[in-house]
Amino acid sequence: MDLLHVSLSTILTAPLLAQQTAFLLDGATGILLGVVISCLLIATGAGQILRRQPDSSVNPAIVQAFIRRVRAWWLMTAILAVTFTIPSPVATVILFFLISFWALREFITLTPTRLGDHRTLFWVFFILTPAQYVLVAMGQSQYELFSILIPVYGFLFIAARIAVAGDYKRFLERIAKIQAGLYICVYSLSYAPALLYLTDWTDPEYSTKSTAGLLFYFLLVAQLSDLLHFVCSRLLGKNVIAPNINASRTWEGFFAGTGVTAVVGAMLSLTGATPFNPWQSAVMSIVIAVMGAAGSMAMSAIKRDRGVQDYGTLVEGHAGVLDRIDAICFAAPVFFHLTRYYFTTASGG
Amino acid sequence: MKFNFTGPFLAGLAKVVAGSSVRWVDCHPDTCQRIYFANHTSHIDAVIIWASLPKHCRELTKPVAAKDYWDRGWFRRYLARSLNAMLIDRENIKVHRSPVESMLKEIGDKYSAIIFPEGSRNDGTNLREFKSGLFYLAKKRPDLELVPVYVDNMTRILPKGEYLPVPLLSRVIFGPPIWLENGEPKTEFLVRAREAVSRLRDV
Repeated sequence: MDLLHVSLSTILTAPLLAQQTAFLLDGATGILLGVVISCLLIATGAGQILRRQPDSSVNPAIVQAFIRRVRAWWLMTAILAVTFTIPSPVATVILFFLISFWALREFITLTPTRLGDHRTLFWVFFILTPAQYVLVAMGQSQYELFSILIPVYGFLFIAARIAVAGDYKRFLERIAKIQAGLYICVYSLSYAPALLYLTDWTDPEYSTKSTAGLLFYFLLVAQLSDLLHFVCSRLLGKNVIAPNINASRTWEGFFAGTGVTAVVGAMLSLTGATPFNPWQSAVMSIVIAVMGAAGSMAMSAIKRDRGVQDYGTLVEGHAGVLDRIDAICFAAPVFFHLTRYYFTTASGG
Repeated sequence: MKFNFTGPFLAGLAKVVAGSSVRWVDCHPDTCQRIYFANHTSHIDAVIIWASLPKHCRELTKPVAAKDYWDRGWFRRYLARSLNAMLIDRENIKVHRSPVESMLKEIGDKYSAIIFPEGSRNDGTNLREFKSGLFYLAKKRPDLELVPVYVDNMTRILPKGEYLPVPLLSRVIFGPPIWLENGEPKTEFLVRAREAVSRLRDV
């Protein structure tokens, strides 16, 4: 694994990588994709039936929100399926780079910056963000730099660059804002495509399979737990966790939603798309669900502080990219590390 | 009109860089003759507003630009021509060649114009006082619709004195048209026009 001098040009041509990821869309991932498309078809049908009900007890606004969410899922599934069919993980990395870039745009647009931050922001958008994704695309050999570039060197650089610009007003607040945006939208999210590059599985059987299934599993469980928390809060919620931040998230919804996610996660492991057995998969699903809920809460807190409903409303009147990926951002690093430490030998184990 | 590739390209590029979303509040895109008047915070304001118009309106709309800046060198001249801009002389102002006169001559009875009545760029917090050009335009051509436009967040995307844009998201908001009332004094009209623009900030 000491391929420390892997250059950019070898990403696309390295025989090791090419052999490992020749078919990102293999049988197990195909089964998982089939399951997802079936679920989406059912959800689309349910949404249409709910909408056609002349006077149902269901709030039409919720039905509309549900239909929009299902539509976003279709889009996400379609884009991922297309990137998986391209026989190189680089396509998926580029896709996630674009999502990060757009999310960071929404984040920085919403949190006020001063004129003195302008050049720092230019570095953040055009140097640090692409650099992080280039390191992801260089694979596990660059894991060390990939995992510290932004939280160590990036953060020091941001503080220094703003100081050099010469505006000291609310200095600490401003560097914290830019760092938080970069950390959540770029660094944390980049762990999702990094899953594709995990190697040296302890389970020899999984080594023959495509890691696309793992990424797909992760995104699926994260989005599903988000939906299940919402639905369970509606059905049996009483004790709101933090009414000032999100009036619809309840403790009952959180525990029930996490429980259902664990059951679904255990069943998803039967597709063979992950290296987990059913109980391991259930634990992983719980971790993803808890982190996802934490992410949604944290991002809601930022939104409430800025007095907006969605990251997108500032701009277009519908939810922004950041509203869709907040759960993924918080869950990705934890899921990546748990998988890397317990299911591969890359950590020296 | 000769077919022009650069114009649509620049419009697309400006939209991508500034991530702008467009809103029409009590107003609709139309090819009737109009004066769009907007707050001025950045070099690329005029391009952003121009790009925000639907294609059929854009072809009939001329952003007003300073001749002393845009007439220097072939590249700037080429850009100005691609954007359909009309270059107005800020320096050699004479009675028979005032900016208002030349603007009216350029738009004739066909084109609309995009102008920035603040005269120069503001710092992004408050609108400056409006210059009187808008009043004289309205007085000479009472048939023109005066459409207020508010461009939001452009100061952060490309502030004064910077040359590299940061790709944040911006908004362009078109508001309900105003007209000069019969016998309305100049100062009152200009205050009213300025408020029409600043009110759009909060919609």
